[in-house]
Amino acid sequence: MTILFYIAAAVTVLAALNMVLQRTPVYSALSLIVVLCSLAVVYLLLGAEFMAVIQVIVYAGAIMVLFVFVIMLLNAGHEAPSHRSRLTKWLGAPIIGALLVEMLMVIWDQFPPTSAASPPHLDGSPAAIGHLLFRNYVLPFEVTSILILVAVLGAVVLAKKEL
Amino acid sequence: MVPLSHYLALSVILFVLGAAGFIFRRNIITVFMCIELMLNAVNLAFMAFSRFLENLDGQIFVFFVIVVAAAEAAVGLAIIIALHRNRESLNIEDVDSMKM
Repeated sequence: MTILFYIAAAVTVLAALNMVLQRTPVYSALSLIVVLCSLAVVYLLLGAEFMAVIQVIVYAGAIMVLFVFVIMLLNAGHEAPSHRSRLTKWLGAPIIGALLVEMLMVIWDQFPPTSAASPPHLDGSPAAIGHLLFRNYVLPFEVTSILILVAVLGAVVLAKKEL
Repeated sequence: MVPLSHYLALSVILFVLGAAGFIFRRNIITVFMCIELMLNAVNLAFMAFSRFLENLDGQIFVFFVIVVAAAEAAVGLAIIIALHRNRESLNIEDVDSMKM
């Protein structure tokens, strides 16, 4: 079971790397879909079956489809070469590397890999999530419905040809 | 059993990749997809902590992050469409009318 996490993690990192490095936006979108699906596998390994399915249906199945539609609508081809100086490129990579190393060091210090037993089973079923969502978190739940309505209205108004 | 630090390391790697793409890419839609990658990295951190602290609230938070990301993607892509209609370019270096 643990080897499955490392396989899914490797697939996630490779697909994310591919997404960031590709020149064509459509290939980036497809790589991001691979990232989302392998993250859903990791969620399943964490015992969160509801969130894994939500991730696949909503994130990979709706948001990324919207992205691909917009890419095809705008006919986004290749990316033009940059006008920026070489200095920013040569300076940027070490800074990103330093950020990565620093964050990994913080994790290594704060969460040492102790030989603790596996945590007890966490119930990630829809019933358990529903218990929390409709009792403790019912106000944010209702507010998000208003948020989605406002987002839909805003998207329609912004994308119109003439107001 | 996979320790917590491995889940967090994966989350950090994804976040830094998203941040690097956000800074260095020039196509608006790719920049937007790097934002989604960063959001997913944070979601993974929330899920890992939810499991290891045996608290289901982390997964509720991930639920709301996904909902807000969907709303933000819809509005952001509408803005990109309007921008493309006005400038006929998807390069962020062409959106510089507020630069000094």
